[in-house]
Amino acid sequence: MIEIKNLHAKIEGKEILKGLSLNVNKGEIHAIMGPNGSGKSTFASILAGKEEYDVTNGSIVFCGEDLLELSTEERAWAGLFLAFQYPIEIPGVSNINFLKTAINEKREKNGHEPITAKDYMNLVREKSKLVELNAKLTSRSVNEGFSGGEKKRNEIFQMAMLNPKLSILDETDSGLDIDALRIVANGVNKLKNENNATIVITHYQRLLDYIVPDFVHVLMDGRIVKSGDKDLALKLEKNGYDWIKKENDI
Amino acid sequence: MTEQKNNFNLNSLLKETAININKEDKKNAISVIKNTPLPNSKIENWKYTRVSKLGNINFENNKANIDNISRYIIDDTKYSFIFINGHFSNIHSSKKIPVGVEIKVLSKKNNEFVNSSLKIKGEIFNAINTFYLNDGLLIDIKPGTKLEKPIQIIHILKGDNIISNFKVIINAGESSNSSFIQGFFCDSGNNNFCNSTSEIQVAKNAKLNIDKIQSESEQSFHINTEQVKQEQESIFKINTFTLNGRIVRNNLNIHVNGQNCETHLNGAYVLKNNQHVDNHSIVDHKVENCISHELYKGVMDDNSTAVFNGKVFVRKNAQKINAFQSNKNILLSDNASINSKPELEIYADDVKCSHGSTIGELDQNSIFYLKTRGLSDKSARNILISAFFQDVINNIENQNIKGYISQLLNDRFEWNF
Ligand SMILES: Nc1ncnc2c1ncn2[C@@H]1O[C@H](COP(=O)(O)OP(=O)(O)OP(=O)(O)O)[C@@H](O)[C@H]1O
Ligand SMILES: [Mg+2]
Repeated sequence: MIEIKNLHAKIEGKEILKGLSLNVNKGEIHAIMGPNGSGKSTFASILAGKEEYDVTNGSIVFCGEDLLELSTEERAWAGLFLAFQYPIEIPGVSNINFLKTAINEKREKNGHEPITAKDYMNLVREKSKLVELNAKLTSRSVNEGFSGGEKKRNEIFQMAMLNPKLSILDETDSGLDIDALRIVANGVNKLKNENNATIVITHYQRLLDYIVPDFVHVLMDGRIVKSGDKDLALKLEKNGYDWIKKENDI
Repeated sequence: MTEQKNNFNLNSLLKETAININKEDKKNAISVIKNTPLPNSKIENWKYTRVSKLGNINFENNKANIDNISRYIIDDTKYSFIFINGHFSNIHSSKKIPVGVEIKVLSKKNNEFVNSSLKIKGEIFNAINTFYLNDGLLIDIKPGTKLEKPIQIIHILKGDNIISNFKVIINAGESSNSSFIQGFFCDSGNNNFCNSTSEIQVAKNAKLNIDKIQSESEQSFHINTEQVKQEQESIFKINTFTLNGRIVRNNLNIHVNGQNCETHLNGAYVLKNNQHVDNHSIVDHKVENCISHELYKGVMDDNSTAVFNGKVFVRKNAQKINAFQSNKNILLSDNASINSKPELEIYADDVKCSHGSTIGELDQNSIFYLKTRGLSDKSARNILISAFFQDVINNIENQNIKGYISQLLNDRFEWNF
């Protein structure tokens, strides 16, 4: 589904990604872990097309297309979704109104008629139930006045509405209480099928108890320095990152 | 670069007013026109709005006809009064007048005086409006009258080098409740100029609302001077939407003469290319226990420029005044600019007043967020602009007006609101 080769990226002259490579096939769940500041969110932003980052080397092929040639919205239309670590508030822009525009723009690109009001409302009802997001929140301004946990839930609600091929969840678990973590993780699992894929960025094993990864990667010093199966996460939880640093001379 | 002094061009094509205006006023007016240069940038009040080029135009004040005016009709109210180049259009205007209201077309007022209390000395545009007044309306809302439908006054410019001097006088009687819609449009023509004045009295306990749409053309000039006097317990509310025009200047002067009044001034201006819009307002709190609330928002693209100058006076002994004033702007281009100056002059000590202005761009992080969800760049900007204007648009109660404004914004900027 996505093939990332030797990705190098800079911001304000500072090199943050230094040769990151990763392959994700459809049907797979990949977890990316790594110390604070190692470049996980930077990597996610680059996948989504944030222009501030300079990609200086490497390639990304997404569903057969050169991802780096696509604009942010074209990436979304192609089926890429990013749940932000820090979702922003956009006062005055109603959640369900802008999502409707987003869905219709994608449909138009694919030569489909706009979604009917009735179908859209049904979709909202169904998907908000999936993440147990209060109906009032779906129609309020994007994240305005939402609690930290509500913002994260809203990200997964949007993911459910847009039905992406590849979802990147950047620390979606942080800020969620124990029940919310279970609900959000169950939502993600229900959306999972053999044709889509998920990259979860997290610091904690407890999310991976619910969303069980096929692969676990450690991102450090701008690269994937170690990969393994779900047991790698358990080992990290127990021993931290020092042993990996030693192994890699970081 | 020094600007040369330029007087208003008195030429033989211009016909002086046929309306029965106070002779003394007329005499003063022509003397002001002859002896006062058009304001240039050295005049404090006109520093950023260059109008001396109006002196280069040989204006005429002729009549014109337009066959179909349906696209200028904002609301389907039964009471619509249409003026073309400042001349009353009998065929396009409603014959109906609401119960409890007297409406006189100034040119048809048989030899009765038209009394004006506008200042003429030193006010060149008021002087021009007085001496060359084409036509206008005198509207008396009888005490206690509650209008169910708004009164709509539409002014359309047509032709090259046309000047329209136009006036509306409204006397809202005690405890009356009325709503007006004013539309200013341009059908065609270059270098045309609508110079309009309004004189409004809001009597005790009366409520008066004006929704105004200014959407002339990038070739037309517009100067509007509104004088409002409020008596005790009255509510005056005006929403001004400026969507098109080459140079637009609005002077809004509110005298709050009675206690327990409310004054609401709202405005939005949306500009592109080389347009210039200047909103000058004065709210003069002369007595105690009043509220005034002013919110103006602007979005400017290309090389457009705007001015906001809002003054609130709180006179000595005018205690317990609650005055709020805010001007917010978004610049869509590096070449657009706004000169914003909210001012409070307070001579009383027990008041609650605040003012502020902001100038910014669309938030890049918000645009990115929306695009990651699959909104095109254009829709993302569109949605953020519409969010920005939401509160000023929500100040309009009439859905037809909201709809009309959305349509204009869509036609001109391809924005969907
Ligand atoms: N706009 C920027 N300007 C300068 N430095 C930046 C910018 N954005 C990110 N960085 C730097 O890049 C590095 C990687 O940041 P990033 O947010 O990707 O880390 P992370 O792995 O997601 O960390 P965390 O686990 O804390 O979320 C950090 O050192 C950060 O300070
Ligand atoms: Mg991060």
